[in-house]
Amino acid sequence: MEVPILKQGAVLIATFQAALSDADLNQLRMGLVQQVVKFRSRAVIVDVTAMDVMDSFASRTLREIAHMIRLRGAETVIVGIQPEVAFAMVQLGLTLEGVATALDLEEGLAYLNEKFKTTN
Amino acid sequence: MAAGEIRVAINSDQDIVSARQKGRLMASEIGFSSGDATLIATAISELARNIVSYARTGQITIKTVNGLNRQGIAVIATDDGPGIPDIRQALRDGFSTSGSLGLGLPGVRRLMDEFELTSQPGRGTTVAVKKWRQ
Repeated sequence: MEVPILKQGAVLIATFQAALSDADLNQLRMGLVQQVVKFRSRAVIVDVTAMDVMDSFASRTLREIAHMIRLRGAETVIVGIQPEVAFAMVQLGLTLEGVATALDLEEGLAYLNEKFKTTN
Repeated sequence: MAAGEIRVAINSDQDIVSARQKGRLMASEIGFSSGDATLIATAISELARNIVSYARTGQITIKTVNGLNRQGIAVIATDDGPGIPDIRQALRDGFSTSGSLGLGLPGVRRLMDEFELTSQPGRGTTVAVKKWRQ
């Protein structure tokens, strides 16, 4: 199941589906980094609202995406981690340290707008 | 109140998704809250991932279990892989969060109520976990 990536101005938005396999996640990682380069995007929002489970692999892949994109000089925000998923992640010991998160897509966009304002 | 047993052969990363979805469905069917069903699905995902990463193939069995006056779910992950040479190290916390080396087993133990690991180097590994309905 491929993850669609939408371009909205300088921001790319990737929306996760419920059942993403490891291969899908790896593909997303490649796709996002390539598109950040292609469109000279300044930020990426990954919307995981529909994600049923965030296990160690998914969590590591998200962290890697954020770090790769930071090396390109752009920002990543993970939005929509559901409360139950957050609870399970903490029990499992996954913290997504060093990665920006926001409640939902709207909050994620607001966070980026604020950030761009101050850096301009 | 449903009861039963599901077996999922684990051969690829696709099977990880299928196993955790089946586990969540069974957990919901026997009355686990959606929060607990997520914990169970996450544990299944980690156990299935260990099979794919370390043994390549194996099996996940998910079944309902009855205690004295409670019901729960048991998940048994078995493989004929290389086994775990140092079980104590595999269960040590912090081992899993560092990245690629992690087996995620301490985390799985925290997600569930009961945890049992047996492994023989060269013969395979079995992890059996249970969670009781609150």
